[in-house]
Order: sequence, then C-alpha cells, then structure tokens
Amino acid sequence: MKESRILPLVLVAPALVTVLALFVYPLGFSLVTAFVDKAGAVTLTNFARAFEFYANDILFTLVIIALSTALVGLLAVAIGGYLTLGENPAAVAALRWLYRWPLFIPFVVAAQCMRTFLAKNGLMNNSLVAMGLLDPQQTAGLLDWRGIVITFVWKQLPFVALLVAGAMASLDRTTIEAARNLGAGRPRILVEIVLPQVRQTLLVGLVLSFVTMMSVLSVPIMISGESPTMITVDMAFRINNYGDYGTANALGFISYALTGVAAWFYLKRGISGGGKP
Amino acid sequence: MKPALAWIPRGIVLGLIVFAVFGPLANLALWAFAEQWYYPHKLPVTYGLRFWNQVFKPRGDALESLWTSVVIAVSTVVACLAISVPAGYALARLKLPARTLIMLAFLLPQAFPSLAVYINIARLFYGLGLNGTIAGVVLVHTVHGLVFGVWISTAAFAAVDRDLELAARSIGASAFRSFMTVTLPLAAPGIMASAVFVFLESLDEFTGTYFVGVPDVTTLPLLMFTASIAGNYQIAAITALVLLVPSILFMLVVERFLKADVMAKVGA
Repeated sequence: MKESRILPLVLVAPALVTVLALFVYPLGFSLVTAFVDKAGAVTLTNFARAFEFYANDILFTLVIIALSTALVGLLAVAIGGYLTLGENPAAVAALRWLYRWPLFIPFVVAAQCMRTFLAKNGLMNNSLVAMGLLDPQQTAGLLDWRGIVITFVWKQLPFVALLVAGAMASLDRTTIEAARNLGAGRPRILVEIVLPQVRQTLLVGLVLSFVTMMSVLSVPIMISGESPTMITVDMAFRINNYGDYGTANALGFISYALTGVAAWFYLKRGISGGGKP
Repeated sequence: MKPALAWIPRGIVLGLIVFAVFGPLANLALWAFAEQWYYPHKLPVTYGLRFWNQVFKPRGDALESLWTSVVIAVSTVVACLAISVPAGYALARLKLPARTLIMLAFLLPQAFPSLAVYINIARLFYGLGLNGTIAGVVLVHTVHGLVFGVWISTAAFAAVDRDLELAARSIGASAFRSFMTVTLPLAAPGIMASAVFVFLESLDEFTGTYFVGVPDVTTLPLLMFTASIAGNYQIAAITALVLLVPSILFMLVVERFLKADVMAKVGA
C-alpha cells in the first residue's frame, strides 16, 4: 500500500508548492523586510518612519474599513432578513433581483462609476436637484472618505448579503413559525432567532470583505486624491517614488496586524468546519 | 396597514435601492455615450459613438489590452485547473495527512491583505526576469485563483456518489479509467464553475497586475485606471462597460452554475 500513501501527496504537491512559493515565501519576505534596514540589520526604524509619516493614514484606513464593514453587516442582515421574513412575494422577488448587481463588478469599475456619480455635479446630485430634494446651492461632492465608504459598501454588500441570505434560507423554519405564532414581530424574530443562527456565516463574510478592502489600491486613488488617504496608496507611493521597501513593508505589516483579529475569526471557523471530509 | 398602503414605504425603499444600485451604472453608461458633457449641463450635451470608434480602432490600445486580458485569464484558468483538479480529487477522496492545514494554505492569499505581498512578489520576479511579462502576471493570478480552483473542485468531487466509482471499479475499470469516465464527468459542472470564478478573478484583477505587470503588460483594468486618472472619462467608461459584461452575465447565472449540493460542501 506504499503507493496509495504517496499518490495523494503527489496530486496535491503542485498546487501546494505554488501557494508556498508564490504567496507564503513573499509574505515571509515582506515580514522580514519590515524589520531590517538596508544593510540587513534588525531595526524598528521602518516602523518609526511609517508612524511618523503615515500615522493619520493608518487611523484613516482603520476607520474607513471598520465603518464600511459595519455598514455592510447591517445592510446584509437587513436584506437577508427581508428575503427570509418578507411577506409580500412581489417585493421579496424585486429585492432578490436588485441587490446582487454589483456582486462581480471589479473595484476599478465600481470606482469609475462612483467617481462620476458622487461628484459635486454628478448624476446623484443632479437627480436629487431635479426631484426637488436638494437645493442647487447646497450640492456637495462626496469624493472624500465618504465616497470610499460608499464605494466599498456598494461593491461588498451583495457578496455578504448573498452569503447571509443563503444561510438564512437553509434555516429550519419551524422556530420562526413558532415565534410568529407566539406574536413576535419580524424585527424581533430577525434579531433574536434568525441572526444568532447565521452569525458564523455573517462573520466569515465580513472578515473576507475586511481583508479585501484592506488590499484595494484603485478605489482610494480614484475616489479621493487628497490626504489623508489609505495605506495601500502610501505603500505604492513608497515603492514607486523611493523604492523604499522597508517602510512599505512596515505598512504592510501594519495592514496584516489590522486584519489579524479579523482573520483569527476566519481561521477558527475554517478549522472547526474543515476537519470533516 | 391596508395592503395597498403598505406599498408606499415599500415602494420608497425599493426606489432608493434601484437608485443606489443603478444610479452609478447609469452614470457610467451616460459617460460611455457622451461626446460632450460639461458643467452646468445635467445630461450630456451631445451623444455619439465617436469615442467607441477611438477605443475600438484596429490595433488600438483597448483591443490590445482586451486581448492581453483574455490571454492572461485563459492561461490562468488552464494553469489553475491543471494543478487544482488533481489536488481537489486528493483532498476529497484520498487520505492526506494535515488535510485541514492544506485546505487552509489555499485560503492564505484571501486571508492576508495582498498588496504588500504583491510588492514583494514584484521584487522577487524582477530578479527572475518575470516582471513585465505575461507569465509573471499569470502566476500571480493563479495563486489568487487557487482557493476557488481547489475548494470548489474538492467540493465537486466530494459531491460525486462514491458508489458509482465503486461500480466502475467492480466491473474491471482501472482507478484512472474510472476517474476519467465516471468521476471527472460528474464533477465537471462544479469544476466549470470554479473555472468561471478564476477567469473573472483574473480578468478583473488590478493590484497584482499593477505591480508585477509594469511596464509592459497593460490589461483592461489597468488601461481603464490610466484613462480615468488622465481624465478621459469616455474612454474609461467604455472600457469599464466592456469589463462589466462578463461580471453581470455571471452574476445572473451564478446559482445555476453552483448547485446547492456542491455549495454545501465548499470549504468542508
């Protein structure tokens, strides 16, 4: 039976080697580079420089992504909840058809859409003025941190909502019906009965979304050119203008650290669900 | 509330969602067909296809980028499936030590913010002469697509009824033959789904290409970005519309591709 023990490893090896060589190795390289200077000595000067120049941007990044994640979570639960508990079939069908459109739209395209839509004289303000909801003198562009948050939520919400709605759809309906028969309102059923059962799926979706937003370069550049900006832009700037890998990797390390807590949730879920064949 | 009256709040909320979802897309479409559009005009002053001709002129930048993007995406799918189908089969059917860890390894590219990693891949590729080459970009996209390739094909193989394989084996088929004639065809829809994911992921990828592809590889997303930063909104909008087509098509059919029995086994 010696062959059958080697065969699985042979089949997995090419894929595994690819990940190790082209992701894990550069990741390790980035971690090490963050802590050494140009001469190769261990140092914290990269971090000192990163905080000196970019402390505001680090905070800005964290606030934007945390806010976007919270909004995505809230809206995804609202959408999933309505799709599960909604009583009007036509409205449920309409929402189901509507919410998914941005699902696979690339970030660059989403950013280009928003860049024109949210501008001071973009279609959004123009429509609101035309409907009489906004005074032409009051229009303001949203192309700053708000634009980044709006773009992130627009793009990431369908993904998380799809996961959450899927998890809600596969729930056992009897507890929901029982609560309904006892007179519980729909918001209460959603928060007290449905949400606890899909919590894990929601968290997984939010963490994946958090990591994705932490890696996006195009949206902050295209939506808001001003300072403060997100650390992805700073990393690209350090590389393109100074070839400064030390500071860029220190910022990279900070981006891993910021997602560390989020990833921890994810890995925990992966291990608890991944052990079974 | 009377049923008819309930449509008032419902209609307002649905209307707002329509505005939020389609407003940005409508703005993009307007820019794609606007020949002149300047303040204070709320809508384009003149419409036309002049910029479409400019974008799609023979041997123009856009067609070249589109071709580059498609070549990269197809190569990524081939590379990804070539290594993830065997891995998926082994993970679904065979005994592997540290199976959970191996599954998680493929998730790593999605579990870490990838920009800092791309910077270092670009640095390593520079030494290997892979920077600015199609091959370099394909490698980067392949790593990022592996989680779809491996996880979905593992789920697809796990969803195939083991008794069918045993039946093939019991009438004398070799392990390889039963795999090729029974298991693989049955898992094919799931593997196709993973191929579409990998294709889209590669077609839409920006950050990795931005660092590894410079200066010679310009994919459609990079062309779009450059046009937008330069203020050529028509060119940017037209390229964006081209990128939208596969994304929207796949969004509309994704559930037909990923059957519930396969979905239930993803990540398991």
